[in-house]
Amino acid sequence: MRVRFWGTRGSIPVALTVDGVRRKLVAALRSASGRAFRDEAELESFVDALPFADGATFGGHTSCVEIENGGPDFVICDLGTGVRPFGQSALTRNGDGRTYHVFMSHVHWDHIMGLPFFTPAYIPGNRVIIYGGHPHLEAALRRQQEQPSFPVDFNTFRADIQFRRLEPGKWHDVAGMKVMLKLQRHSGDSFGYRFEHDGKAVIYTTDSEHDLGNRKETDAFVDFFRAADLVIFDAMYSLADAISVKADWGHSSNIAGVELCHAAGVKHLCMFHHEPAFDDASIARVLADTRRYEEICRTGAPMTVTAAYDGMEIDL
Amino acid sequence: MPRNPAMQCPTHAYADVVVVSASGRIDFAGAQALEAAIAPSLAPDSSVRGLVVDLAGVDYISSVGLRVLMVAAKALRARKASIAIASLQPIVAEIVEISRFHHVVDVRRDVREAVGAISAQALAAFDRAGATERS
Repeated sequence: MRVRFWGTRGSIPVALTVDGVRRKLVAALRSASGRAFRDEAELESFVDALPFADGATFGGHTSCVEIENGGPDFVICDLGTGVRPFGQSALTRNGDGRTYHVFMSHVHWDHIMGLPFFTPAYIPGNRVIIYGGHPHLEAALRRQQEQPSFPVDFNTFRADIQFRRLEPGKWHDVAGMKVMLKLQRHSGDSFGYRFEHDGKAVIYTTDSEHDLGNRKETDAFVDFFRAADLVIFDAMYSLADAISVKADWGHSSNIAGVELCHAAGVKHLCMFHHEPAFDDASIARVLADTRRYEEICRTGAPMTVTAAYDGMEIDL
Repeated sequence: MPRNPAMQCPTHAYADVVVVSASGRIDFAGAQALEAAIAPSLAPDSSVRGLVVDLAGVDYISSVGLRVLMVAAKALRARKASIAIASLQPIVAEIVEISRFHHVVDVRRDVREAVGAISAQALAAFDRAGATERS
């Protein structure tokens, strides 16, 4: 399986600002310290070696993650703004006459706002099947394209668009994969997904608040995450924020991510749904801190810890 | 994560400040022991003006343990009382910083400094007790 991230930001899309670009340029030039480059290859190598926050960006699109499993269909999680570049990419990958399977965590704005800009939905012959645990999936997606909020009505789509409600706690066969949903703690509820294919397991769990003091609830998540190859985890807040000023806001922390994934024997924790107020340096610092916390708590084999960025690919 | 079911948290009152001393690993079981030790100080009718958690003997604290401290902080602040943690080992200090907990709970170098920051009366009692122990 290959997991490709098209949108990784939480709550609202963000963009690099003039100041942000300038800081990166200054940092890169400072690192170069007047050195000359023999050729393009040497220059590219230098850029590749820069710290991520100086030479790249985590990006600003909201939630959209693609899962490639070698089958003929496309599979994605959520319809945040990242689904727009995903749609353009899919079309260049012979996306006409194809089936798109879309798994929805929930229907809060940042997770649905990309749909009106998802080009494959406008093309006859395509099929878009939208899955989720909520009873109001279709109503929510139609409503966001009603006047006066948006000029292009949902009925303008020319693809065959279907909705399928999935029952949590049971295995479903979709696109050649086994899929299971789990109810999560979030305003209006959200659902996490476990995808299994060819001996690999990927968990997509965003917009989910955890109270690790609640043993029953924690054990249920540990079982859901059990021995996963990759857990894409909502690590939007620091632990202090998540249990104080932002308690009950429906999100989790890097600390909870490490503790749950360690308990479940997960191989790779990928932090996701980044705080929109954070710049690249802040997210990079959270990543470094989280890797250190993983090291402090580790009792077995090391667990890989990453922070997702728009365009990131993980092969399993 | 190894459990710590036998963790004891002795408490000492110095005038209007209570010092709770924890030890070992504050994981799920350790957090329950800490919670039980702290509970009397959180009662709405308690006259305790401040709570100091002495972490000198603690080599690890999990998110569950930090949550116990956060709940205590909220309850104490609701009746204008204070909480501080003191004498952190380097690893615990790192965890507190990684979790950004130092932004929401007062972190002090040692118990004496923590007690003194809450109450002069309690500091005098703490020093008297120390002098008695030394004599």
